[in-house]
Amino acid sequence: MSTVNRKTGLPGRFQLADWITHHQNLAAFLALAAMLAILPLWVTNNYQRSILVFIGFNTMLTVGLSLLMGYTGQISLGHAVFFGCGAYITGLLTARYNWSPWPAIVAAAVLTGLLAYLVGVPIFKLRGHYLAMATLGLNIIFETVVVTETGWTGGSNGLLGIPRLSIGPWVLKSELSYYYVTWAMTLAILAVSLNIVNSRVGRALRAIHASELAAGTMGVEVDAFKLKVLTLSAVYASLAGSLFAFYLQIVTPSSFSFIFSIELVVMVAVGGLSSIWGAIFGAASVTLLGEALRNIMPRLVRGASAEAELLAFGLILVIIMIFMPDGLTAGVAKRLRARRQARREAPGRTEQSADAMP
Amino acid sequence: MSLESQLLQYLFAGLTLGSIYALIALGFVTIYNVTGIVNFAQGDFAMLGALITVTLYQRTGLFNRVITVDLQLPLPLAIVVAVILTTLIGVVLYVLAIRPARGASVISLIIITIGLSIALRGLGLIIWWTDPYPLPVFTPGPPIEIAGAVLTRQNVWVIGTMLAIVIGLYLFFEHTLLGKALRACAVNRDAARLMGIKADQMALFSFALGAAVSAIAGIVITPSTFMAYDSGTLLSLKGFVAAIMGGLTNAPLAVVGGLLLGLVEAFGAGLLSSAYKDAFAFLTMFVLLLVWASGLFGRRLVEA
Repeated sequence: MSTVNRKTGLPGRFQLADWITHHQNLAAFLALAAMLAILPLWVTNNYQRSILVFIGFNTMLTVGLSLLMGYTGQISLGHAVFFGCGAYITGLLTARYNWSPWPAIVAAAVLTGLLAYLVGVPIFKLRGHYLAMATLGLNIIFETVVVTETGWTGGSNGLLGIPRLSIGPWVLKSELSYYYVTWAMTLAILAVSLNIVNSRVGRALRAIHASELAAGTMGVEVDAFKLKVLTLSAVYASLAGSLFAFYLQIVTPSSFSFIFSIELVVMVAVGGLSSIWGAIFGAASVTLLGEALRNIMPRLVRGASAEAELLAFGLILVIIMIFMPDGLTAGVAKRLRARRQARREAPGRTEQSADAMP
Repeated sequence: MSLESQLLQYLFAGLTLGSIYALIALGFVTIYNVTGIVNFAQGDFAMLGALITVTLYQRTGLFNRVITVDLQLPLPLAIVVAVILTTLIGVVLYVLAIRPARGASVISLIIITIGLSIALRGLGLIIWWTDPYPLPVFTPGPPIEIAGAVLTRQNVWVIGTMLAIVIGLYLFFEHTLLGKALRACAVNRDAARLMGIKADQMALFSFALGAAVSAIAGIVITPSTFMAYDSGTLLSLKGFVAAIMGGLTNAPLAVVGGLLLGLVEAFGAGLLSSAYKDAFAFLTMFVLLLVWASGLFGRRLVEA
């Protein structure tokens, strides 16, 4: 082992840390993949499998949104629009124009990415509140267009007649097949995102989050990076939307409302704004919580509809942002670390702990 | 109906809608000036004000008709009590959610007020269910006819209420000590604190004022448009669009912005397409924001 890191030129201790971090991600990734591969052995009920499929969709969306919000610090309250574009374009091409599924998925991803890019150029001139409202406005415009242009989209009744996804001669029908396809796509997205975050690009993004001005001064092309991340996250969302369309075989405007955009923000906030792994945790826990509330709420309040879960989501957002602005995962990790540190320091200062102190 | 009277009709509709947006925009501006926070729950205060009034005024089943409230207060009393209750809710939200997050980043504060907004919307749904609720017109009677166009009495109430509140706020900010203290916080929070103005109390007061003005707006519009648990979101968004015309800080411009937005909507709906009514508001916002952002008015929308 050389004593100097080839990339950074810093002493070897950093290289070791680098190596471990890198393989931690790889190990965690492989463990997740293995766990997902065998999970259906225990989860045999179709309802529960469908929840797992939805967790997959939400993870694709949340990973992209977390790249955008956490790593570049750009708020988006309109991410459901890209999800909806993917779903509607895929649905239109396959149901109305008889395209086969995979070319439709690609076309949807390209068009949605293009749309995001075109929207991003003007919209990223805005900051903070203005960006938040502009992206929210996008959502309202999308909903209005989808509900109004009934000739194309089927309006509030939805776009019907979307075929099943097929791979070669096999037409996917079972929950299990969609589970595997969805999670294979999710893992691919995850791998791409982890690589981005741990690369030069990822460091540039974090620099943008810390200070756009400073990042720009250091030679980071701030606007270009922000646009690329927005486009990438829109492509992720489009892929999720395509699978969603094939899975349900119908797309209705209510699946892509501004409320869903907010729900995605809740997932990112729970997972931690800048954590790819947190995004999975956020997507899974909020999806499960939503499902639980949908089952419990009608029992607590007679006849309460699904949207009553809004109250819970709103409160979760507020509480997390006040007490753990870095997200639930980071917040808990920080507390655990602090407790461990306290315990380690309690018996008296060992050399190791003294070394750890700067 | 001739074209002229039709256009006049759109003008009346636009001014009525615009008055509501103007009032909600004033709430945004007041809170933003004093605290630097954009309170996305502003429109939800309007929803709360209206639905509480309905509950006090007529026999209403709550929690999906588990509880029935049968107070049947006279309308003016119901309105006063509802405004006070909504104001208290505004204060409680400030104390519970905004004050503890002091010093948080802009992105956290945005997420917090959005969280409050959807929490109120969820609460509204649980309490009042999905029904849209009406209120009776304040003064029944035949509408006023001007050149073939019709101005209802409730429209007069809405526009009149807006004017009264604008004048009242102007007098308050210019001629009372409290109003001046609030303005001082808006100009320079640190300097205001050095002058012995308690910034925290002022922030609390700005939330109370914002909630009260929004509640009144929600109550006066309900006889003509009905109010449901989810009406607050669009009101928030449109009030915000109006407020940005004044750069979020200028109250008179925000009022003008609200009226303009109302007119854009009314004429857009009447002449182009009523289905795209809401989209017009946001297209207007995009155009405005982008014109502003490109620095045509020498203003950059940069927030730390």
